[in-house]
Amino acid sequence: MHRVQARINGKDYEHEVEARLLLVHYIREKARLTGTHVGCDTGNCGACTILYNGKPVKSCMLLAVQANRAEITTVEGLAGNGLHPVQEAFLNRFAVQCGYCTPGMLLSASSLLESNAAPSEAEIREALEGNMCMCTGYQQIVDAIKYAAETMRASTGKSL
Amino acid sequence: MSRKKPGEFQVVNHSVAREDGVAKVTGRAVYASDIRLEGMAYAKLLRSPFAHARILSIDASEALRQPGVIAVLHGNNLQGIDPYYGHAVKDHPLLAIGKVRFLGEPVAAVVAEDERSAYEALESVRVEYEELPGVLEVDAALADGAPLVHETSYAGGSFRGFDDPGSMKASNICQEVHLEWGDVAAAFAQAAQVVEGVYYFPMAYAYAMEAYVSIADYNDSGLTVYSSAQHPFIVRHDLAGVFGLFLNRVRVVVPFVGGGYGSKSYTKIEPLTAACSWKAKRPVKLQLSVAEAMLTTRNDDARVRIRTAVDREGRLVAREATIHLNTGAYAENSPLVARKAANRIVGPYRIPNVKVDCCAIYTNTVPASSFRGFGATQVTFPGESQMDELAEKLSCHPVEFRRKNLAARGESIHPGLRPLDADLAGDIAMVVQALETDKPLSKGHGRAVACSASDAGSDPVTSTIVHVYADGSVSVMTGSTELGQGSHTVLRQIAAEEMGVELQKVRVIGPDTAVTPFERSTGASRTTTLMGRAVLEACQEAIVQLRDMAAEILKTAPENLILERSGVAFQDRRLSWQDVLRTFFGLSDCSIIGRAYLRKVGDLALLPVFWEIGCTGVEIAVDAETGRICLERLVTVGDVGLAIHPAMVEGQDLGAATMGLGIGLYEELLYEGQQLLNGNLLDYRVPRFSDLAPKIDLLLVQNQDGRGPYGAKGGGEGSLNPIPACLANALYQATGVRLRRLPLTPERVWRALREQRNKGDNVGH
Repeated sequence: MHRVQARINGKDYEHEVEARLLLVHYIREKARLTGTHVGCDTGNCGACTILYNGKPVKSCMLLAVQANRAEITTVEGLAGNGLHPVQEAFLNRFAVQCGYCTPGMLLSASSLLESNAAPSEAEIREALEGNMCMCTGYQQIVDAIKYAAETMRASTGKSL
Repeated sequence: MSRKKPGEFQVVNHSVAREDGVAKVTGRAVYASDIRLEGMAYAKLLRSPFAHARILSIDASEALRQPGVIAVLHGNNLQGIDPYYGHAVKDHPLLAIGKVRFLGEPVAAVVAEDERSAYEALESVRVEYEELPGVLEVDAALADGAPLVHETSYAGGSFRGFDDPGSMKASNICQEVHLEWGDVAAAFAQAAQVVEGVYYFPMAYAYAMEAYVSIADYNDSGLTVYSSAQHPFIVRHDLAGVFGLFLNRVRVVVPFVGGGYGSKSYTKIEPLTAACSWKAKRPVKLQLSVAEAMLTTRNDDARVRIRTAVDREGRLVAREATIHLNTGAYAENSPLVARKAANRIVGPYRIPNVKVDCCAIYTNTVPASSFRGFGATQVTFPGESQMDELAEKLSCHPVEFRRKNLAARGESIHPGLRPLDADLAGDIAMVVQALETDKPLSKGHGRAVACSASDAGSDPVTSTIVHVYADGSVSVMTGSTELGQGSHTVLRQIAAEEMGVELQKVRVIGPDTAVTPFERSTGASRTTTLMGRAVLEACQEAIVQLRDMAAEILKTAPENLILERSGVAFQDRRLSWQDVLRTFFGLSDCSIIGRAYLRKVGDLALLPVFWEIGCTGVEIAVDAETGRICLERLVTVGDVGLAIHPAMVEGQDLGAATMGLGIGLYEELLYEGQQLLNGNLLDYRVPRFSDLAPKIDLLLVQNQDGRGPYGAKGGGEGSLNPIPACLANALYQATGVRLRRLPLTPERVWRALREQRNKGDNVGH
């Protein structure tokens, strides 16, 4: 057993875990944050995407012990005072259907917008290629991310 | 009362916020896999390593001694329950009994304190097999003396909407369907042009990102199951049969579902999970992986031999088809797929002579069942391919040729069924305009338009209860599942529109078979049409009660009252529903119940409930070097009568078309011998962001010509059905290559282009 001290969504967690426990199962079963979804288990679908020290990663591809002293953001941590602009945009543009892919999409999208305030459609598609959605056909998600970029730029007063 | 038109609605026909939106973007939405019951144990499955084998013995004694193991279930220790289920044919044991019928079939279930212990104990279950010769494809299954997948016949399932199971004596035929009108032989003899071919529709998996999961709690008061099922009431039916329980002792609860697309329709792992709980005397969770889900269900892959004839004027005169469906090891929903494939091969056309033989055939492969658009997907590809092939023979534009043969609204396309309730000519004109077919094409590009008509809605048995509360709030009790399609939002809109209350005051509850009234299923694009109409009628029934109460309060006859939005008026007095309830009962937090049930009478006596229209257009670019097809442009039409929620109809259409793109270009489950080769998401290619068309037009048609609320009718499957044919026809236009086998992978296209070049060279020499 290994001791893991992780900071998830600004809150400290401490658990004894088996070396083989995957991070996604740690988040869901130990931290009881079930917004992070288990999809394919093979690193393809992106439903389990989280921010790991600020970078989007698929949490089925990491071990729980790698969370030790790491800073993790899950979908539950995305909203601050009110929803994150990306969350608002997904609602506004109907980029959500069954919602199973949505947490992973939101974290990949928010990460993209951190590094690129005005992504093109092509850049959005490339950045999110590792996240799958079987409901929407993707266009509404692309539209939502463009819309979120606009609202974030408007609120920070940045123009292109 | 005259019907409201678009522009006159307060809540309906507006793209309001999704009822489940905030829960889903914050991670608070609860799916079945998120539920944890007190004392819950976990099950894992041992699966068959053979496609067809006799089970000689099972020894679970060592597994039972492993740490944490509570129980082991297998085909030899299920005494006390009826282990067979199946809504169409009761042929499916919850664990293999006596023999296994496909590689991957569950043979034993280990229940343990945690998933890991259950998983690790699987290898301690000793199973001795004697391998049997199997039948892995339909020709082998139909051959004389073929090994039988099922030696015995089974009782038919009890859900209406199926033909009697075929004679199962000494054959692998699961279901035969025949359809015939006119004189096909004479029509072909006199035809001006005939096209004939064999088309192959691939084996595919309706990949839902959430794999199957269920949690069962069998105890003295009955059985409760939380599941990712699309049709909770049919699951209840099957569970009641397995355990010999009254319907009121089986409670099936479906929280949010992470995608269905048909793969979660009908009963899947619920009987097995419930048996684990029954045996272990604990709540038990069974969560499959995606790879296991792909060993649970797929579509029926199809081989279609079809010929179509026209007269000198270019009118369709006859169509004849033989459809062979590879149904896999168990019937599941394939008998209905067979019926629908036969019905839907006619398309939206006037064809005076038709003969179809459709056969669902058992093989030793993963059992096939529903897949979004089922039946229609398999046969629209050949049917609409031949429309383009005939148009070329007639030197007619494919769109013109279709226009000439489309049935008009009110015209019968299928004797005995409801006449067509849509304006296909109008739909196709919109697609043609959006696709800009008059503009010249770049080299290597092709365009195509195709359409389909599906007898949709299934069996119209639906019911609902609406609670109207004295504080002005309203609850809708629905047995329809929220799969992401937005049913909860649509039902909420209808209740808000009818009761005249703000959207936020309407709550949608369900499905929970102990609480919500009966609804046959959530599939066949039925929910808006049938459940939506039931909600509307239940609201209207509540309003009649409220009006009578108001009349009593106002000491007048009910007919003297004027119904207004959210209340009644009489002379100078106005009472809101809130006022009526508070005054009538003398309490501020009481409520009344409005109810409605629909069945196959009145304007729903004639099936189908509605014809679901598919009408799509594509432009593709073909890379001659690699054979890769890129979708450049996509046009869909949502011919939905009235879009209760326009943005969600568009979302359904794009999602459906994208699934069509997947099957058209990439998706195919491949077998090598007994083994499914690509049963995982690494090797099974589904559409991704990079496959998205740069230009997309999602059009809506609102002719209010459905039998649903305000003239609405269903959508969500139509825009899938014609897409594969669109792609194949556009490929032909771009390259002159006609492919009759899906998917149109780069390799297939490249090989066909090379063959075409070689032939050309030969001619040149």
